[in-house]
Amino acid sequence: MTTRAVTSKELTRKIFNKEDLFILDVRNENDFNDWKIEGEKINYFNIPYFELLDGVEGILDKLPLNQEILVVCAKEGSSVMIAEMLSEAGLTASFLQGGMKAWSEHLEPVKIGDLKGGGEIYQFVRIGKGCLSYMVISNGEAAIIDATRMADTYLDFAKNRDATVTHVFDTHLHADHISGGRKIADESNATYWLPPKDATEVTFEYAALEGGNVITIGNTAIDIYALYSPGHTIGSTSFVIDEQFLLSGDILFIDSIGRPDLAGLAEDWVGDLRESLYSRYKELSEELIVLPAHFMMMEELNDDGSVSEKLGELFAQNHGLNIEDEEEFRKMVTENLPPQPNAYQEIRETNMGKVSPDAERQREMEIGPNRCAVR
Amino acid sequence: MEALKTNIKIDAKGLACPMPIVKTKKAMNNLEAGQVIEVLATDKGSKADIQAWSKSAGHQYLGTLEDGDVLKHYVRKSSNDEAIEKNHPHVTSNEELANKLGTGEDIIVLDVRESAEYGFNHIPQAISIPLGELEENIRELNKEKVIYVICRTGSRSDLAAQKLTAHGFTNVINVIPGMSQWEGRTVSIKG
Repeated sequence: MTTRAVTSKELTRKIFNKEDLFILDVRNENDFNDWKIEGEKINYFNIPYFELLDGVEGILDKLPLNQEILVVCAKEGSSVMIAEMLSEAGLTASFLQGGMKAWSEHLEPVKIGDLKGGGEIYQFVRIGKGCLSYMVISNGEAAIIDATRMADTYLDFAKNRDATVTHVFDTHLHADHISGGRKIADESNATYWLPPKDATEVTFEYAALEGGNVITIGNTAIDIYALYSPGHTIGSTSFVIDEQFLLSGDILFIDSIGRPDLAGLAEDWVGDLRESLYSRYKELSEELIVLPAHFMMMEELNDDGSVSEKLGELFAQNHGLNIEDEEEFRKMVTENLPPQPNAYQEIRETNMGKVSPDAERQREMEIGPNRCAVR
Repeated sequence: MEALKTNIKIDAKGLACPMPIVKTKKAMNNLEAGQVIEVLATDKGSKADIQAWSKSAGHQYLGTLEDGDVLKHYVRKSSNDEAIEKNHPHVTSNEELANKLGTGEDIIVLDVRESAEYGFNHIPQAISIPLGELEENIRELNKEKVIYVICRTGSRSDLAAQKLTAHGFTNVINVIPGMSQWEGRTVSIKG
């Protein structure tokens, strides 16, 4: 009996397709409880690999006989060993290639739609962490919004479509993941745009992204219209692209809204958050397709794996947009907040260019769920 | 950094998970109960894993020192210390020893745990002579002073107290339970 490697891409596709999966996660219990592979139809069993060094006999009654068992660990090594042991015991077992480390870095591109003047918009689903980033391609030019640190994935994607990256944007200074924006801009000679109010401490050159800026991608004038929408951070800026799509950054998600506390200023920014959501967004067309920078739950994924919804639908369904009482709203976004993302201060400093941790440290800093929302 | 004495050292540098734990587990089989192993590893995940594994296997994780990229983990093999009957007649509690230390009285606190256990966590005034090395070092101790003997749970210190009594020490007190429950100030090699 042999085992086989399952790639993050294959696993992502299975989760998008809502296939039945059985995952044997052999990391420590607290790591598993903190952050695991999520999907609508996944059954799990968690036991640390070191409990199984003498054999897997003790857990056979917890495992399915007629289904492939996907063994998952932090970096792959232990999962290969356990998958082989299961295989020798007569079960069908595979392991996740690269472990949770690879899972955390996997980006799955999903096409969101066509642009009126020609061109497309893609969403990059970072399924392991819930981060969403975007690429707009039109007539040989590409713009990237809220890129993760896996810069090559975007550069290769653009190259395969014969597009040159000309503009790179971050909707805000991220606290939950390390931005790849500066790296992509450097490598492709593109302009890197940041909201100046979030960039007061950055150590590098950038173009100031102000509300009302219009940036054209390709000859066919795909307008990217910047809308100042503070609240998650003081600089948070949304984009309306091609009069069809609203990239809401970390202000508005499908089933939740942004939290205002990650720069330590929850009380100050509550009013901004409310105004952005309840006034500025209210003035926009309800037909806009909202494309957020995060998702929190697998239920937010559409059938094709994308994360999007009409703005009008969110005004009807999203609890965070339907709290009439301002005091109640203030309480919701400042009290009972989820734990802050892992290493969020260090991540912010990295995104400001103040510190330059190595790749291994960057990975460690991003371990875990993103936790940028309140519900 | 002063070296911690251990009974065995294994090198798992450059090895990825699961090998550091696999090697540690194997080496542990050749150790006697209560002995200490030092594991050198470069896999960062080994720190959390060796702690969790030690807990699950009943071993005593002592601590980890970082030396550049190398992690040095210290684990003491499980022993049934607690089960051993204590025979030394003069005993005191952690609280009483803490009070005594507070008065500034001239006493000796003798920590008879293994060097690595002492290294990671000990009472500032305590001197270290592991139980197994007590006989050869017994002359370092002053018979005129009151000696409080301490270990993790009170068992090894009981044996040490009996040994000292047999060598003519008359003012020897065993501290029960000892460092496992010590709430006062401690110092560590980690600083």
